[in-house]
Amino acid sequence: MNRKVVTFLILFGLWCIFSGMFDIFHLTLGIISCLIITLVSGDLMFNEEKITKSHIIYGIRFIKYLPWLIYQIILANIHVAYLVLHPKMPIEPFVLEYKAKLKKDISKVVFANSIILTPGTITMDITKDNVFVVHCISQKVAEDLLTGEMEKRVASIFGENIKMDKK
Amino acid sequence: MIDFDFIINIIVIIIVAIGLFFFFTATIGLLRFPDFYCKLQATGKGDTLGAVLILFGIVIYILKEDFSLSTILVSIKIFFIIFFIFLANPTATHALTKAGLDSGVIPLKKEVFKK
Repeated sequence: MNRKVVTFLILFGLWCIFSGMFDIFHLTLGIISCLIITLVSGDLMFNEEKITKSHIIYGIRFIKYLPWLIYQIILANIHVAYLVLHPKMPIEPFVLEYKAKLKKDISKVVFANSIILTPGTITMDITKDNVFVVHCISQKVAEDLLTGEMEKRVASIFGENIKMDKK
Repeated sequence: MIDFDFIINIIVIIIVAIGLFFFFTATIGLLRFPDFYCKLQATGKGDTLGAVLILFGIVIYILKEDFSLSTILVSIKIFFIIFFIFLANPTATHALTKAGLDSGVIPLKKEVFKK
């Protein structure tokens, strides 16, 4: 399918949800405005000209990835709450450089956002040769990141082949 | 006897209370942690889960009160807000840390090691 058609369908679906009125007048207004937006900026949403099956597969895999991410986020919050409420505040912040093997832009974005959301780590910078500069709040969370499980999961969403060297 | 309404209300109260607890720890962390990056660690995480849990509690509550097309649409809109928070909060945290790194805020106890 052409990407403009898909953009139009997504915009129109959003219009229906946000307006909540399904009479002819409002639907016509929606169709007109969605058409104008699609004509002007229909090439912004997707990079490729054609929408193929792989996009849908990526979407489904991403939704499958979400429960694991939410579980990790809850662990992150409990860990931070423990560090905050502990009287001695046992933090040992340091900066870590993590060499990632991801190639596509979208998987780097998902990986960086996942790092920020999970236990005690923030992506500070991504350099040109694919090094993630990560700020960690304690030694334990850094070891969780270095096992590379998250990177493997992100890579498998977007169908990338990375070989993790086991230590 | 214990009815359905009562149970749902209890669940909603528990979810919103947990959300408030995470907001609370995030605020205390913002005040207690020593340097710029650690303060961001606290807010970037506590805020996300706290806001998401509170909004999720609201969704359950309005769906319990009146299960019709209009409330379903409202709950879908709230889910869009949750999605936006999920995307925007980590990105904003990253933008702040990047700005701090670029303008030369030195992290506490810096030791870089390579994998």
